[in-house]
This record gives sequence, structure tokens and C-alpha cells, in this order.
Amino acid sequence: MNKNLVVITTAVVFLSACEQDSGDDAAQPFASRYAGLDSKTTLITGATVLTGTGERLENADILMADGKIANVGVGLAAEGADIVDASGKWVTPGVIDVHSHLGVYPSPGTESHSDGNEITAPVTAQVWAEHSVWPHDPGFVTALAGGVTSMQILPGSANLIGGRGVTLKNVPGRNVMDMKFPGAPHGMKMACGENPKRVYGSQGQAPGTRMGNVAGYREAWIAAAEYRDQMEAAESGQGEPPTRDLKLETLVGVLNGEILVHNHCYRGDEMSIMIDIAKEFGYKISAFHHAVEAYKIGDLLAESDTCAAMWADWWGFKMEAYDGIRENAAIVDKAGACAIIHSDSEISIQRLNQETAKVMGAAARVGIDIPPEHAIQWITKNPAKSLGIEDVVGTLESGKMADVVVWNGTPFSVYAQAEQVYIDGALAYDRNDPSVNPVTDFSLGTAAATGGAQ
Amino acid sequence: MKNLSLALLVLILAGIAHAETTAIVGATVHTVGPRGTLENATVVIADGRIVAVGDNMKAPDGATVIDAAGKIVTPGLFSPIGQLGLVEVGFSAGPDDSGQIGDQFTASFDVADAFNRRSTLIAINRIEGVTRALISPSPVGMDDSGNLSHVFSGLASVVNLGDGMASIDRRAVAMVINLGESGVDYAGGSRAAVLMIVRQALDEAQDYRDHGDAHERGQHSDYKYSVADLEALQRVLSGDVPLLADVNRAADIEQLISLAHEYGVRAIIAGGAEAWMLADHLAAANIPVILAPTANLPSSFDSLNASMKSAAILSQAGVKIAFADGEVTHNPRNITQWAGIATAEGLPWDDALRAITLSPAEIYGVADRVGSIEAGKDADIVIWPGDPLELTNYAEQVFIKGESVEMVSRQTLLRDRYLDTDDKRPPAYRN
Repeated sequence: MNKNLVVITTAVVFLSACEQDSGDDAAQPFASRYAGLDSKTTLITGATVLTGTGERLENADILMADGKIANVGVGLAAEGADIVDASGKWVTPGVIDVHSHLGVYPSPGTESHSDGNEITAPVTAQVWAEHSVWPHDPGFVTALAGGVTSMQILPGSANLIGGRGVTLKNVPGRNVMDMKFPGAPHGMKMACGENPKRVYGSQGQAPGTRMGNVAGYREAWIAAAEYRDQMEAAESGQGEPPTRDLKLETLVGVLNGEILVHNHCYRGDEMSIMIDIAKEFGYKISAFHHAVEAYKIGDLLAESDTCAAMWADWWGFKMEAYDGIRENAAIVDKAGACAIIHSDSEISIQRLNQETAKVMGAAARVGIDIPPEHAIQWITKNPAKSLGIEDVVGTLESGKMADVVVWNGTPFSVYAQAEQVYIDGALAYDRNDPSVNPVTDFSLGTAAATGGAQ
Repeated sequence: MKNLSLALLVLILAGIAHAETTAIVGATVHTVGPRGTLENATVVIADGRIVAVGDNMKAPDGATVIDAAGKIVTPGLFSPIGQLGLVEVGFSAGPDDSGQIGDQFTASFDVADAFNRRSTLIAINRIEGVTRALISPSPVGMDDSGNLSHVFSGLASVVNLGDGMASIDRRAVAMVINLGESGVDYAGGSRAAVLMIVRQALDEAQDYRDHGDAHERGQHSDYKYSVADLEALQRVLSGDVPLLADVNRAADIEQLISLAHEYGVRAIIAGGAEAWMLADHLAAANIPVILAPTANLPSSFDSLNASMKSAAILSQAGVKIAFADGEVTHNPRNITQWAGIATAEGLPWDDALRAITLSPAEIYGVADRVGSIEAGKDADIVIWPGDPLELTNYAEQVFIKGESVEMVSRQTLLRDRYLDTDDKRPPAYRN
């Protein structure tokens, strides 16, 4: 079978869609100014390739040109290309973390850096995480060394609705606009359960219970629907448009399907309620995050086409995390739902491949076989899907962004290390050549600057 | 009467134990002892102890034989710090017994009395190979009245994760103190004050040692610390109980080295983000480091020079190391992953296995009983399908003090209930 053919067909469509999105973007404030690093035509040869589409190719090559995947297959040739001999290595799409607080809760974790939670009202849909991102967070660089090429930076979970999330390319820039993933939709953070009710209940303010949480979401959506209706009426010549409201603008963005909901929610019963709220107001939940009990409602997730973003084994640090099990992602996957391994941590973002491996091993014990070519999707294709960027990234298919990781062996090993990380075809990190690697301003003069930290 | 029945019970139990000899045969056995790694080896267990270990050795007659051909056998894993059995759910869900605030106790606070061997956390971690753990007090911050934790958190103990009554192996193996940034809030805001408090306590303890009798007779001025605390500190002064210091910044570690020298006390470092910068000094001072192999970010200004190479550098310099990373209370089972990560960063594999078995046992003075597979030691044994540090390999069978552990936890029960995704019955009816 000619693998090359399989991957070329949709390329042109993706590209034009992307360009169009970027065009719209530019008119908006804080539009992406991501330019990428200088790339060269590069041919990676002889690797075991996990394409992210569910395929595993042996002794395969990947051609990257003009920042895109030009071809994937066996026995490729390209005149004038830099050749990277990857025999004995494994190659995967760049790792994508759907849940990160890099930049908004950066290192060092001082109070002055604590910019991730706008704990001033239970609904703060008007705030945007990107306005808190500190691009000099050393955590971007250590995540890069772990093969992470894109990530969504989210507000924290103190609020029912915490604000907009932003998807970034992991090339530290001068400001967040330099890092914004071109054309990626905004996310919107919602939070279930313990956090909002504790934060506000302890101040004698709503919500103080889980039922208070639900009332809070519904009130917000009712206001948003009214704002949308007024807006639409005004557009068709009926009445005045409402005064511009940043909070409602975000919520209407969700109702219109332009902004994707990322919902922090641990318990299966609460996720079920959230799915009903989404149905009531006509929006979609793109992914539940920290979905510790997703394994209890795999069928509901599959039905509503909602991803579950999970840890491998964090559990018990609070009551709603008490039922965490290692097989969670595997059981969700088996139920036909979209499984994602996420980090929510500046440490475990550096080895999402290893977190995935722990689930694979646990699943194997109970007869669920998750082969590497499938498992890799949990940290590449599926997060891309939940972020609305699946058409341009997340798999090794011709025409997609050349975000590629060369690993020293199977990525699902405790000894796995990313050796080279390419972002849009450019070498962004090289474990064997420290001169390639970024050093954030903050890290100058520390061990990190001389490769110690990575 | 009572004595008689008890004696009878002991006899019966002894008889049962005596009758049971188990031989694990055919495995590659990493003894982590003087005999190194043995191929096609046999480990014989009786009365809770390892009776014999050797290659090409026949199982004794009548022994229950476990065929472990192609498997890997290691000593049980040792979690060197954490609050296992002291807390069930970390946050907003009932008591966390690992710390206390108030003016009654500081150095003498002993968490062992709160240890719950039936905690769900115990089975969850033991079925993945963790057989021993240090349970350590931790500062709990501030209470509602504004009272703060202490620079001295109290005494830590070694426990086993077995089912038996004798779950506390050795009490008071270390005294936890919070140096540097971790102690600043409890000492009025400056790390200099932290050191002053430690010195003041040790000075008072010395004074109490020399003039305690006079104090008892009312012929000596009062002490700031309680008699219980001063008694506990005697064991630190005598070198019996080491200080287990939560400290990261190199400058603070230098202070600890000086302090240990000045008072002739032993010290252990927990955290130690910048300890690698002082590797030779720590080796010379015989101060072990319990470190987090994944801690490579400047989480604060105390760890600007955190490095992935810490484990390899310290070990190479001759510093005894052990691993505590991430969630050490709910997930010490991930200790194999931490060891594997350190290995990928240059620590030899054998040294990594040692760091999660024998080294912590040595650090806490229980290596005469656990930490390696040697005749006479407690039979804490784990059988693995392959490399125990590898993420996809899970413990197949665990023995604690010779008892074969039932490989079930609350998590495996939850898993089994939800494994069949086609089962449409309400979960509560799936049994």
C-alpha cells in the first residue's frame, strides 16, 4: 500500500481554511502575530512513525517543507533537504496539552505571578487568560523538552465561568500575540463542583453548594441568550443593539459555536448534569477536564461528542477526586469516547507520553489493549480535536503544520526523551545541541541556561 | 485465663506460620544486597522472613512454589516521606492528622499514633509494590485563630503496609524541621529567624541535658520548650534521631551542614533542589538527600538551580539518595517512575533501584530488617513481569513480611465495576 497517497488529499482544503481564519483574526484585537522560527526543508528518515491517525509505519520518512508536512512514507527522497537520520528512533506528532497554566501561574510561583484566577465574581467570562500570560515562564522551555508543541492556557477553576482560554504555539515570544496559535478558536473555562462553591460560599456569597453552581451557570446562559437575541434583532432592524458587554460577548461566542467550552468537572454525575445544561441552552461542551470519573459515563460522553481530558493517576487530593482509577482513559476510549491525557501541571506537561504509558500498562492488566499508534492520539489528535485545530495539526498528514517530535525510542517508556522537537518545520529544541535551545529571560544565569534544568 | 488464651493463640499462629514455606523460583532476583543480581534464582520465605536466596537452588520440600521464570524480583519499595495512613482525602474532607498547631508540642509531636493501617491509600499503594513508608508530620499552616505551625514539625516513623497489627516498625526515626522558605512563615518571616529557633531549641536541649535535674528541683529557670520537646530533642543531640530538614536553597543547605557539625547532630535533606551544587560537601558530611527527580523548575527563589541531573550528580559524589516526588501521600506507588526518570538522566539503573529500596531503609536505620533480599531480613518481595521501573510494568505479586498480599484495592474494585461498558444495570447493582 502506498502510504504517501493516503495523506495528501485534504491538504489544500486545510490550508485555505487556515488562511481564511487568520485573515479574520487579524482584524481582532490581540490577534496572533506568530511567525515561527526559520525552517528548512528537512527529511527525517528511517524512523518508527506513529502518525496520530492510528497508523504505525516502520522504517518511514517524514518530509517537512515550508513549515508543513510535505509527505510521510517509506523511501522518500528530497533534493537539497537536510537529512536527519532517525533510524532506531520513534517519531510522533508534537504533543498537545489541552490544560496548562503556563504563563498564568508561571515559575517561580510567587504571589506577584499568580494571574490565573479572577476570584472577584463567580462568572468572569470577560477575562482572557492570554492577558495574564508571561512569556518568560521557564516552564514553556521545559515543556518543549518534553515534546509539547502546542497547549491551551486556561484560567483557573475558582469561578463557575472563569474566562477565555488561549491556544499557543510553544515558541516563547516577546508577548502572547507572538505565541498565539494562528486561527485557533478561543476556549472558555467552566468549573463544576468543589472549587467555585468553596471559594464563594466561604465568603457568604453564591454559589455555596452544587445546586448553587447550577443556578449560576443557567442564569449566565439566560442573560447571554437575551443579549444574543437583542443583537440579532438589532441586526434585522428591530430595536437598538445592547450596550457592548465583554462578559456576554464571550458567552454568546459559545452559543454561536465560535468559542469552545472546556469544563473542569470531576464527578460523573456532575458531568451528566453539565451535558443537560448544554442541551438546554444549545451549546456544546468540547471537553471535560480532570474528568476523574469519566469512566463511569463513557457512553454519555460518546453520545454528546465530548472529550474527557484526564490524568493518569492523580486522585484523592480532594473528595471529588476520590474515585480516580488508572484505567480511566482506557475505559473512556473503549466506550467510544474521545480520550485525552492532560497535565494541569508544569511538571507533568513535560511527560504526557509517560502518563499515557501508565494507563496503557494498567489497561493491559484488564485485557484492554491500547497499542502505541492508538495511545499517541490521546496526546496529539484528540486534544487537537477538542481545541478545534484538528484540521491543521495533531497528526502527521501532508499539509498539516510540521510539529514533529523525534524520540530516543518508544515514547511510552520511562526512559523516553524527546531528542528533537520541530515546530512548523523549524528545529525548536535539540537535546543533543544546547545551542539550539531557548532560554527564557528569567532563566539567564541559572542552571537552566546551561542545560541543567532540561 | 486471659494470658492462657493469648499464649494458645500465639502458639497456633506460630504453628501456622511455621508450616508455610514459600519458594519463588526461576526469576532474575535483584537482591540490592552484596549478592547483586542473581539469574534463575530462588528466594525462600518462612515465618515472615527471607530464609535463603541463591541461584540454581532447589525449593525446600513441602514449600509452596511460585514459578517466576522470566520474571523480575526486587525488594519491596520504600517511600521515604509522606503522610500515608494519616490523611484519607487531602482537602476539605475530614481530618488531616499529619500536623498540629498549638503550644503543647512541637519537636515531640509523634504522628505514629494517628496511623491508620486500614486507610484506602495503603492497599492502593501496596499492590503496586510499596511495602514500607516513612510517615512524617507536616506543617499545616495557620489555624482559624491565627496560630501557626512550628519550625519543628515533630517525629516521623517507619511503617509497613501489611495487614497485620504490627504496622509501625520503628518510631521516631527522624525529626522533621522546616528550614529556608518552608519555615519562614513559622518563624516570623525570615529564614534567619528559622535558624535562630533551631539553635535556640538545641541550646535549650543541651542545657536541659546538663541541668535537667536542677530544673526538676525548681533550681533552674524555666525553659521555653516543654519537657516533652526537650526530651525528644535529646535523641537528636545524641545522634540517635536525625533532623529531616525540608530545605532547597544551596545557602540554606550550607547552613544546615554547619549546624549539623556545630551540634554534632545528624541530618537528612528533603527536597534539596539545589543540593547537587554541594554534592561533595554533603557526601563528606554524610547527609543523605531525599529528592524529587522531576523537580527541574525554579518553583521559587529557593530552587533557581533545580536540575534534572540532581540524582545522578549526588549519587556519583557518594551522597545517599532516595526519591519523593509529586504526590507522596496518595501516589508513592509512582516511586518506580521517579527512579526511571532519574535513570534516563544518568543515574545507573542499579543505583536507582537502591534509591527506592535499601537506601531509604539505611537512612532511617531499618536496613537490618528491610531494603534488600538477604537471608534473615523481613520478606518484603515484589514479583514484576519485567523492568520494575518501566511504566507499563505493574507488580504481579507483593509480599509484605512474608504475607502474600491480596492484590485488591478500592480502585481495582471500582475498575472492575465499570470495566464492562455494555453493562446497563445501575452500578450499585453490579457486584
